[in-house]
Amino acid sequence: MDRLVFDVAHMLAGGLVLVSFVMLYQDRLSALLKVYALHALVLTASVAWQAFVHDAPHLYITAAIALTFKAVAIPIALHRIIRRLGIHREIETVVGIGPTMLAGMALVALSMVVMLRVTPEADPLAREDLAFALAVVLLGMLTMVTRRNAVGQVVGFMALENGLVLAATGAKGMPLVVEISVAFSILIAFIVIGIFLFRIRERFDTVDVQALDRFRGDRR
Amino acid sequence: MIAWDLDALAAVLLVPLAAAAALALLPGYRATSRLNVLASLLTFVAALTLLVGERPAPGAYLMIDDLNIVFVALSTFIGFTTSVFSASYIAHEIETGRLTPGYLRFYHAMYQVMMFAMNLALVANNIGLMWVAVEIATLSTVLMVGIYRSHAALEAAWKYFILGSVGIALALFGTILVYMAAIPVIGEGPDAMVWTVLIAHAAGFDPALINVAFVFLLLGYGTKVGLVPLHAWLPDAHAEGPTPISAVLSGLLLNVALYALLRFKLLMAANPGALATGPLMMAMGLASLLFAALMLYRRRDIKRMFAYSSIEHMGIIVFAFGIGGPLANFAGLLHMVMHSLTKSAIFFAVGHITQVKGTQRMADIGGLTESHPWLGWSLVVGVVAIAGLPPTGVFMSEFLLISSTFAREPLLAILLVLGLLLAFGALLLRVGALAFGEIRGPVAPVKASYLPMLAHLTLVLVAGVYLPAPVVAWFRHIAALLG
Repeated sequence: MDRLVFDVAHMLAGGLVLVSFVMLYQDRLSALLKVYALHALVLTASVAWQAFVHDAPHLYITAAIALTFKAVAIPIALHRIIRRLGIHREIETVVGIGPTMLAGMALVALSMVVMLRVTPEADPLAREDLAFALAVVLLGMLTMVTRRNAVGQVVGFMALENGLVLAATGAKGMPLVVEISVAFSILIAFIVIGIFLFRIRERFDTVDVQALDRFRGDRR
Repeated sequence: MIAWDLDALAAVLLVPLAAAAALALLPGYRATSRLNVLASLLTFVAALTLLVGERPAPGAYLMIDDLNIVFVALSTFIGFTTSVFSASYIAHEIETGRLTPGYLRFYHAMYQVMMFAMNLALVANNIGLMWVAVEIATLSTVLMVGIYRSHAALEAAWKYFILGSVGIALALFGTILVYMAAIPVIGEGPDAMVWTVLIAHAAGFDPALINVAFVFLLLGYGTKVGLVPLHAWLPDAHAEGPTPISAVLSGLLLNVALYALLRFKLLMAANPGALATGPLMMAMGLASLLFAALMLYRRRDIKRMFAYSSIEHMGIIVFAFGIGGPLANFAGLLHMVMHSLTKSAIFFAVGHITQVKGTQRMADIGGLTESHPWLGWSLVVGVVAIAGLPPTGVFMSEFLLISSTFAREPLLAILLVLGLLLAFGALLLRVGALAFGEIRGPVAPVKASYLPMLAHLTLVLVAGVYLPAPVVAWFRHIAALLG
């Protein structure tokens, strides 16, 4: 049984890293959003499994939030926004796919080396989770920096937050306050982003961040 | 007595929260800007009661100790004076139509939400709660930076939001790692996130794990302090938001992030096997100082210039705490207080100046001491103080820092002095053109309350000549605590 518990948790966390890679090479916004929904689904499964294994019912709440909010509500809402703006077919990566994937692999290797080395005493499950979580966080950042479009960056940021949720649930018995706050922060973040996208649209008729770069301070 | 102090602690948090709700609902900018001032004053009074009264015992979520009370008193004071400045600043913005009453309501509510979040971050006894509070403070300031809805303001807010969020995400990862390190010693559950419990058991933590945690925390909270490779958001956020927000960003928010860093530095110091945090902080501090000092020369926007000056001074403070030891810590604390007071006073002056001149371009502003003597001379005094000339408090703290650095690390002291002189030159060069010479720009009289600005500058000047013995003893005590 122990072996199975470990393997399933391992598979789900590894799956999250894999989906992060899939996000890296999406060059269309609508596809990126679909992959993000999958990312959130895998996270939900992973958190629910942790809840079951550790017999920690409060984690089911976190799982439910991830499912309803991140896997369904946000992708649908963002999808509507990009449809309305007519940018769902946008191709908008900054660097080529090849170099991005190589950088992603390097980041995963880095997080494995760092996290596995510093946590020899921790519970093996938590150890693996933490290493995968760091990989997801770093891949989320990579997704952010390789996108030129505001929506793409936001999706990268949300993937990054998924990595944090994975880390928080992997750390056994971490107080509830933090998990809710993580979910809550995403809610707030989304509201902020919603407002910003609305405002950016209003002003520029585009959500291409390059358009914003022109207005950088001293070059006026 | 204890009940009273608990109430004061609650008041520091609940007054801003209640005020935020009220300000979000009430119409009419005159009344609401007065309510904003009143709420900030009440919060400051509550903080003073905490300062003089007996301390409540640390609870599971909140605590007051010798270190954070200084930060609480300082931020509520500047929060109060800034609200006074904000009232006259906002009146002008409404008259010129840059802000509509609806946005103003939002602005006031966000101001109090930010005060609440900053106070919560300071008094939190739980590293998770502290993180949540810093995040709320970030989001509320993001919204205020973008309030003018101009191209530049939106870009600044977006940049601030993205960089701030990534920073805060890294800080959360570091926080989780600290919790992981605490589990084997303290056990699972809420206790392993309580600050007072953590510090008591820090010696037993796995050094390798908290080393990694500290790197994440330094990068995360360091972004919010504005340390150099991570500072990109800071000049834009200062330059494009309303000037009262520039004042609180420089005067308060940077300090709150610094406070979080100091807390974790203490945790590292309590563990014999952990890496020395001093060299990391010294390197980042020195890099910030030198980089910002050089950047000061090419600024054309007045608010942006003082934002770079904030990066420079945060660099000095982080460097001081990095060196450590009673003298350097004392200098760091004093410098932090003096910088907050001086920089917010400068932003008060700059706020009125940009309003009357209708521009932030320094080339379009000139001869202020002739056209607006109060503003002009206050700016001169403020810049002289921030550049570190005697007889001001900043001079004293910088002098202490330089002498203790010479005693400990002579080579670094040369770099430190070089950075200070570079910044000094840039600031005096600019202020000469702004304050003296021919009058440029409109000369309409300014309707402003000079009180907050003058109060800050007086404090800074007095501190340069005479620090009361209790304050010195107090700072010395905290400096010893910081190790």
